Amino acid sequence: MLSYYFRMAMHSLKRNKALTGLMVLAIAMGIGASMTTLTVLHVLSGDPLPGRSGSLYYPQIDPRDMADYGPNVEPPDQLSWIDGMYLLKAKRATRQALMTGGMVPLQPAQSSIYPFHAMALYTSADFFPMFEVPFQYGNAWGSAEDDSKARVVVISANLNDKLFGGQNSVGKTLRLQETAFRIIGVLGAWHPQPHFYQVYMGSYADEEDVFIPLSASRDQHMDHAGETDCWGNGGGDNNTLEHAPCVWLQFWVQLGTAQQAAAYKDFLVHYSQEQHAAGRFLRPPNVRLRNVMQWLDYQQVVPSDTRLQVWLALGFLMVCLVNTVGLMLSKFMRHAGELGVRRALGASQRALFGQLLMESGVVGLVGGAIGLLLALLGLWLVRQQPTDYAKLAHMDTRMLLATFGLAVCASLLAGLLPAWRACRIAPALQLKAN
Amino acid sequence: MEIKPIFATLGRHKFTVCLLIAQIALTCAIVCNAIFLISQRLDRMAVSSGMAEHELVYMQLAFIGARPNAMARTQADLSALREVPGVQSAMIINHLPLSGSSSNSSLWLDPAQRMETMSATQYFGENLLSTLGVQLEAGREFSPEEYRDLDKIDKALQTGDMKEIPSAVLITRTVADRLWPGQSPLGKQVFIGRNFALTVVGVVKGLARPNQLERGAQYSLIHPVRLSMSAGSYYVLRCAAQDRERVLKAALAKLNALDPNRIVLDKGSWDEMRYNFFRNDRAMAGILVGVCLALLVVTALGIVGLASFWVSQRNRSIGVRRALGATRGHILNYFQTENFLLTSMGIVLGMLLAYAINLFLIVHYELPRLPLAYFPVGAVLLWCLGQAAVLGPALRAAAVPPVVATRSV
Repeated sequence: MLSYYFRMAMHSLKRNKALTGLMVLAIAMGIGASMTTLTVLHVLSGDPLPGRSGSLYYPQIDPRDMADYGPNVEPPDQLSWIDGMYLLKAKRATRQALMTGGMVPLQPAQSSIYPFHAMALYTSADFFPMFEVPFQYGNAWGSAEDDSKARVVVISANLNDKLFGGQNSVGKTLRLQETAFRIIGVLGAWHPQPHFYQVYMGSYADEEDVFIPLSASRDQHMDHAGETDCWGNGGGDNNTLEHAPCVWLQFWVQLGTAQQAAAYKDFLVHYSQEQHAAGRFLRPPNVRLRNVMQWLDYQQVVPSDTRLQVWLALGFLMVCLVNTVGLMLSKFMRHAGELGVRRALGASQRALFGQLLMESGVVGLVGGAIGLLLALLGLWLVRQQPTDYAKLAHMDTRMLLATFGLAVCASLLAGLLPAWRACRIAPALQLKAN
Repeated sequence: MEIKPIFATLGRHKFTVCLLIAQIALTCAIVCNAIFLISQRLDRMAVSSGMAEHELVYMQLAFIGARPNAMARTQADLSALREVPGVQSAMIINHLPLSGSSSNSSLWLDPAQRMETMSATQYFGENLLSTLGVQLEAGREFSPEEYRDLDKIDKALQTGDMKEIPSAVLITRTVADRLWPGQSPLGKQVFIGRNFALTVVGVVKGLARPNQLERGAQYSLIHPVRLSMSAGSYYVLRCAAQDRERVLKAALAKLNALDPNRIVLDKGSWDEMRYNFFRNDRAMAGILVGVCLALLVVTALGIVGLASFWVSQRNRSIGVRRALGATRGHILNYFQTENFLLTSMGIVLGMLLAYAINLFLIVHYELPRLPLAYFPVGAVLLWCLGQAAVLGPALRAAAVPPVVATRSV
């Protein structure tokens, strides 16, 4: 029976090829545009560390003076050196790491590669176990190296490929800013996106190439990059950042349970109160403790243009659907006489409905399939854009299934209404009209 | 033209008519807002830099190791750069208009007020006006003795030695109008970081910010501060537009000869910098134009399709009308009027929807209100589109011969 319906549908569709083509194309374009933009939104708002992100928190406290003070002011996004070091040393969380980014001049041993600026992360020992960073060779440094300002470095797989041809480079020397650092570890594949732990170097930027103990980076006067926010008489001079009233460090903690998180928040409030009493903090305690996804949401890492594009594409899809429904309906109504004959010859209303639905379903599904191809083309176009998230725009299985879901829904929507309208034709009336 | 029979006919296709009106309304609403968004982007991209834009090249360098007496080296670099054939002027600056990241500070008219008056970008560097081609509108330029070295200012900030902190400042016309509307700003005082009083010595016509254009594109200050080459600062050369490529190449060769132990982070003409700064806006504007065109095409094709159906459906009645004396013009007119009515209903609904979408965008994307001028423009656009789309089917209808009336189907 279905194959008969299918043949009927094909016959009917073939009768007016231009119109069928128009309907298919309209659905395809709508679905293609929507799926392209939805996929981009989906990758950009993804969880960088699935399964772990809920137990990683970003503490914020407010050490500023009373200038611009008001109710409900958010604390600064970063920490000062004094507060950061205190929280790091306090070790109140399961793990904690203090970090900031920078660009470090790197002089390769080979003369064939020109010196270049490598993206660096200056951090502390817990960074690697806390974020479960995989190692290819060697391992991370420990707190002893942090304390001794050891000149050790962990490098990315990418840099290891570039400088050492992918061989085990542990124990070798890397010259950074004219100082020799010993390579102690090489990372495996690690690409958390968004680049959640350090959003100041670009939310979807590549990972850093070199990881250096924060203490050593300060010891070597390595430039810190990213944002430095000062208040009072603070100046952002790199050499005096330890004492300046400036925030420039990011701090992450790992807290296993909700109780631990609540306790940590109490600890932050208590610390703020203490500092307030001592006269260092002028504002009353103002703390936040956001987990990874909350932090990314607060930082609005997903570009607003991306959301706007999704709305635009959905609006476009809607117009395409309305267009198709209208055309399909008038097509069915035009052949109302024929439908009347079929009804008169004994076809039930249900059978007629099935036949018409088959016809619109074919249009919807073909449109959906072409829409999927258009979405792949759209994503390819997005990847050609010069934005830092361009390379992420790939379709995963979830979005592939969602595309099919959307195509089926769209085609049903486009088909149900006209089929339902058309099959309620009174046969006698149509026959009489002719 | 009698419109009553048109309504009577349309009444027989209520559902299809509603769909067509809905489609026109949606198209109208989306296109109005999209065109508004495009114009916003174009406005942003047309920002005036206040400089001799086409005559500037820049280089951003970084030393590999620590450099003692950076100031002397920088001055040596600059005098070498001035010798490059074609270079009219050379300077070092902390950042350039549209270069991306910026150093900003809060300004207070009165240090006792609770909130800052405004926030503005700070530009540092000697010979800024002559090199960048920034125009002085009122007042004077800095005198040589007003300049201070940046590293000394940093030290002075810590020790509280006010002598080393320069107090003269140049402001843009926009900042002047914002701080002292309708008054001459010359000689007036403004406070920076609450504690330091600055005296306005001159006003420049304009100088765009490195970023944050949406918070006041021309909110810039120029301080008499001498820089040395450090991370983030730029060497800027002014030369004739056609010499830019050659000058940049020669300048880089010269700097490399002076000190090969440094890395070129970025280089190019300022025009390229401007082009790169707006690449996202350009891409978004392109997408919006594409969506508008696609929407209009889809809607036009939809109208063509529906009109064609109606024409072939009414073939016989058209024949009857023709046989009863209606001219081709009457038939043509009928379909055109029908389309005009449908489009008008769509437009009325579309305007309401456009307004609703605009409200949504105001809330979620901090967009300004849709100017009323967009409504008539959108209406005319859709009327034209509808008439163009219906013309083909209407002409076919007009071509139906009266003899059709005598045939049975």
